[in-house]
Amino acid sequence: MKTFTYSRAESPEAAVAAGGRFIAGGTNLLDLMKLQIETPEKLVDISRLDLARVERRGDGGLTIGALVPNSDLAADPQVIADYPVLSRALLAGASGQLRNKATTGGNLLQRTRCPYFYDTAMACNKRDPGAGCSAMDGFNRNLAVLGTSAECIATNPSDMAVALRALDATIVTLTSDGDKRRIAIGDFYRLPGDTPHIETVLRPGELITHVELPAPPAGAQGYRKVRDRASYAFALVSVAGVVAVADGKIVSAALAFGGLAPMPWRDAAVEAALVGQVPNDAVFAAAADALLAGAKGHGANDFKIPLARRTLIATLRTLTGAVA
Amino acid sequence: MHFTINGATHAVEPDIRASLLDVLREHLGLTGTKKGCDHGQCGACTVLVNGRRINACLTLAVMHQDDDILTIEGLGSAEHLHPLQAAFIKHDGYQCGYCTPGQICSAVGMLDEVAKGWPSHVSADLETVTLDGAEISERMSGNLCRCSAYPNIVDAIAEVAGAERA
Repeated sequence: MKTFTYSRAESPEAAVAAGGRFIAGGTNLLDLMKLQIETPEKLVDISRLDLARVERRGDGGLTIGALVPNSDLAADPQVIADYPVLSRALLAGASGQLRNKATTGGNLLQRTRCPYFYDTAMACNKRDPGAGCSAMDGFNRNLAVLGTSAECIATNPSDMAVALRALDATIVTLTSDGDKRRIAIGDFYRLPGDTPHIETVLRPGELITHVELPAPPAGAQGYRKVRDRASYAFALVSVAGVVAVADGKIVSAALAFGGLAPMPWRDAAVEAALVGQVPNDAVFAAAADALLAGAKGHGANDFKIPLARRTLIATLRTLTGAVA
Repeated sequence: MHFTINGATHAVEPDIRASLLDVLREHLGLTGTKKGCDHGQCGACTVLVNGRRINACLTLAVMHQDDDILTIEGLGSAEHLHPLQAAFIKHDGYQCGYCTPGQICSAVGMLDEVAKGWPSHVSADLETVTLDGAEISERMSGNLCRCSAYPNIVDAIAEVAGAERA
C-alpha cells in the first residue's frame, strides 16, 4: 500500500475543504489500496460525521444519511415497511461483516469487480486509461452486456444501487465549493464510452451527504438476484421491481437491473411495454425484448442475455401475481 | 495511537497504513484473530467493534482509536469458555481451527443481530425472524471454512441460540 496522510473531518464542510479522498467504511477503498489500484495521497476520515440517520420527511419520503451502514439500512423499520425492495437488495449483497461496515454513500461508489481491473499485470482502461481491455476477449463471465463500449465491459457490482434506481432515489452532495447539489440516480452514473475511469458525475472533492427516497411507491416490490453461489457473491443478473396492478392491468412499473451493465440499468422502453397491459407471459416477453434489444455478449457472458430474460419474466410473474 | 481492546487500553505507534488486524497481531500479540485472505473475503479476521462484527483486515487501525474492540481473547479463556467456544468443541465445529476464532466472533455478532430482529436474505418475512439452520448458514456466509466443517458449525451455533437445526 502506498502511504498517505490521514485526518479526521469534524464536519461535512471541513471534509470537502480538506480536499482529499474520503474514507468511511473503507471496505472497497482499502481493498483497492492494498493492491495499489487506488493510491490516494490524502485520506479524510468522514466516518464520525453526523450523517448516520434515516429520517422521514414531510412529503412522506425518507432521507438516508450517507454514513448509514448497509446492515442498519436493511433493518430499518421504515425501509422494511415502505421500501422492501431496498432491504432485499441490501441483504442480497456482501456478508454480514461487510454490511456492518459499508455505508450508503460508499456502496454507491464501489468500483467494479472485473478481474482485469483487479489484476495490475493485465491491461485495463478503467485502471490505466488507454492501456486496452483484457476482458473483451478474456474471462468475462461476470461482465456487462448492455451499455458497454469498445473500451470497457465492466459491471457495476452494487445491489443497493439497483433498488435505488427502481425507487427513483436522489443523491444529495456537498461540492468542494460548499454548495449543496441534488442528482437524480438516473443521472449519477456515467457509461464508460472512451472514459471508463470516470464512473459518476461527482466532481473532484464532492461529498455524498444523503440519499433521498420519494414517498413510498404504489405496488408490489421485489428484488431477485441470480448468482453463482447462494450467498456472498456478486450478481450475474438481478432485477429490482416496483409494479402496481389495478383492475387487471399494470398501472405502473419501475424495473432496474444489476449485473448487466456498467451502471444500475433502467430502460423506459421496458416499462412502456408493461404499463396498460394485462399481466401475462406474452407481455413480460415483450418487456424482455425491449430490455435486451441492444444486448451484446462477449463470449463467456452470452448466457446473461437469456438469463436476464428469464429473471425479468420470473420477477414480473411474482410482482403481478400472474401465473406462468 | 490508543486502543481499547478486551477492556484494556494500549498505546502503540504503528504505520498509518496498518489495518486493525495487523495492530492486533503484530503490535499487541493478539494472534487469536487470524489473517486469511486480507481482503474481506474469508472472515478469519472477524472481531467485534462496539459490539458489531467486522473484518479487521479491511479497516485502518487509526480509525478505531475511540472504539471498544473485542477479540476472541476477550470472549473466553481456556478455563472459562464462552458458550460458543464450548459448543464448537462439543460439536467438532472445526478441523484445522484456523477459521474458528473468526467463526466464533462472527457468531456472537450474528446472534446479537438476530436479537435485534434484523432480517436476512433468506427471511421470508422481513419483520419476523426465526433463526434456523438456513438462517444461520446465510448469516454466516462471510466466514469460510476450508475444512468445510459447516454442518457442525451450524449445529454449534444452533445449540447456543436454542434454534431448530433444520
